[in-house]
Amino acid sequence: MGASNVASAMQTPEAYAEAFSGLEKEAAGRELAWLRNLREKGFARFSEVGFPTLRDEDWRFTNVAPIAQTPFRLARNGRGVPASGEIARFFMRGAACTLVFVDGRFARGLSAAGTLARGVTAASLAEALAKNPEAIEPHLGRYLNIERDAFCALNTAFIEDGAYIHLAKNVVLEAPIQLLFVSTPRDFPAVSHPRNLIVAEESSQATIVEDYVSLGGKALCNTATELVAGDNSAVAHVMIEREDAEAFNISTLRIQQGRAADVASHSVLIGGALVRNNVHPVLGGEGGECLLNGLFVGGDRQHLDNYMLVEHASPHCGSRQFYNGILAGHAHGVFHGRIIVHKDAQKTDAKQTNRNLLLSDTAQIDTKPQLEIYADDVKCTHGATIGQIEEGALFYLRSRGIDEASARRLLLMAFANECLDRMKEGPARTHVERLIHEYVAGVTGVIASEASQAAVGERS
Amino acid sequence: MSLLEIKNLHVRVDGNEILKGVNLRLNAGEVHSIMGPNGSGKSTLAQVLARRESYEVSGGEVLFNGKDLLAMKPEEAACEGLFLAFQYPVEIPGVSNAYFLRSAVNAIHKYRGEDEVDAMDFLPKLRKEMKLLEMDEKFLNRSVNEAFSGGEKKRNEILQMAALAPKLAILDETDSGLDIDALKVVAKGVNAMRSPERAFLVITHYQRLLNYIVPDYVHVLVDGRIVRSGGPELALQLEESGYANVGTASTPTRKNASGTPAAGAV
Repeated sequence: MGASNVASAMQTPEAYAEAFSGLEKEAAGRELAWLRNLREKGFARFSEVGFPTLRDEDWRFTNVAPIAQTPFRLARNGRGVPASGEIARFFMRGAACTLVFVDGRFARGLSAAGTLARGVTAASLAEALAKNPEAIEPHLGRYLNIERDAFCALNTAFIEDGAYIHLAKNVVLEAPIQLLFVSTPRDFPAVSHPRNLIVAEESSQATIVEDYVSLGGKALCNTATELVAGDNSAVAHVMIEREDAEAFNISTLRIQQGRAADVASHSVLIGGALVRNNVHPVLGGEGGECLLNGLFVGGDRQHLDNYMLVEHASPHCGSRQFYNGILAGHAHGVFHGRIIVHKDAQKTDAKQTNRNLLLSDTAQIDTKPQLEIYADDVKCTHGATIGQIEEGALFYLRSRGIDEASARRLLLMAFANECLDRMKEGPARTHVERLIHEYVAGVTGVIASEASQAAVGERS
Repeated sequence: MSLLEIKNLHVRVDGNEILKGVNLRLNAGEVHSIMGPNGSGKSTLAQVLARRESYEVSGGEVLFNGKDLLAMKPEEAACEGLFLAFQYPVEIPGVSNAYFLRSAVNAIHKYRGEDEVDAMDFLPKLRKEMKLLEMDEKFLNRSVNEAFSGGEKKRNEILQMAALAPKLAILDETDSGLDIDALKVVAKGVNAMRSPERAFLVITHYQRLLNYIVPDYVHVLVDGRIVRSGGPELALQLEESGYANVGTASTPTRKNASGTPAAGAV
């Protein structure tokens, strides 16, 4: 850790220290010693290391100075609750239920409770801590690594609310659960730290959608989710980040997989100014399967960073990473795919693919595979491509009467569809598909007009 | 009025002049063939007519149905009724053939102020064409040209031509790389489309194709100029004597319908 880390740590924690001591006195579950302890450890770690810098290998492509230098205050103070009409458009059709969180706090009045199958709990973490802390204690904070990531440490220091999902043994939930996180505009830069816990017991099955939106304003959402996929469970997790142009979103999904557990993590990043998407599965039981499927689409000066850390800790597990990026304008994308195969994880089959389309000369992508293999009988492959929309394909479509903007849209959708096709059919996929269609249609309209203006410029 | 009128067309690619003054006139109902050796400018002509932007027109004029073709974008030329069957059809992963065809047909309908096609009408028509071209229906759900064999790609071009029903179809070496069975199928598809309202410009390197798609006129393109024009018998002559002996005559006269050979050095 370099000196600059110390410097940024010194600037920021004062504000955070005040917020932390304030929170400690009134936070949910403050009477629970283990939880107080967890928060204190989180805060101590954050105070020690501060925000990461470009010298940190895990952050070398992402400068978080805009976050470190902004005097964020906890959004829990003086919060405003949006009207239900304001957020109705964000609801997913066909969801079993939608839990709404405003600036990280559960908003029962805005949520759609739905009817859940027996054995399914979908609740606020704060309420679960109050009513049933013994169900939470064995899991909360057990998996997320606060040592290696300052944002996880900060999130842990400010654990208060978020979603708590529990699936009892053998329960199969057909329709997805939507967790809708809404950032609201304030007259100060606001930070929220939603913390989610998803526990899928043996042989259970469900789809959980985390959906991050904002109603404007400069805000930081620093969210963390621990997903415990029990033996033989099948869990699909969908992360949608579609916040406003001013928003910062840092998310961490820590997955702990049991024996023969089958987990799919789908990430769709289409919003935000600075976005970091950490996905960290640990295949901790034999025969586990993990799919990390992602699509990130950025324009303007958006910065979209995907950090994958796949840990194979047991034999006979398979992991597949497929991330597609589309970058326009001055957008900067990052794909960092790290695979660690531990000593005993023989017969590991790990695959990683990152494909990128750059739509302008000023868009940028950094892609970095990183394999660390300590077992001797494994199969690991990785590959990355960076390209533009193929002029030949564009001409082919146009020669059939399809106008340029539509042809570009068609080609971009085809590229995005590679990711959609890896999702199972159902309401979650339809939801994501609709968002991507709308977004890509908007983006291509702008790009096509930019391109034709450029062409006119060249001719004149 | 001719359907297509090319007057003294000059085209550059990367600064090199490839077409050096091409003149050609096509009427509705006619089938013209352009033959020529490698590098003579055949494909350049096809691409320029289809309005590929990377080709620089340095002189001349092209009228399509009386309109200035060189002022059109590729999609406008297509909507005006010009179709190019590509020598190397492009693979488009992630876009199904059915979706692609319907998008194309709808784009053209929209341009002409017509209603969108009804899927219920569109599919049966398409299936009929596919049957004629001996294409499996599975092609509709597969990505455009992805993992198609050479013959499948060429048949797919003819299928698109049938779906779009152009006024002028340019076939750019549609025969190259096809075995005789595939060639016959493609020719059958083309011949089924021949009509008094439609013209074809068949570009080929080999005379063989013209046994199956019999042209009304044959033109020989050498080094960026049409050096000879004649009837179908010219293709046979070329087959025997090769392009080297065609000579480098300048402006050929247009052959009349009775089949008098065009003027030019032999």
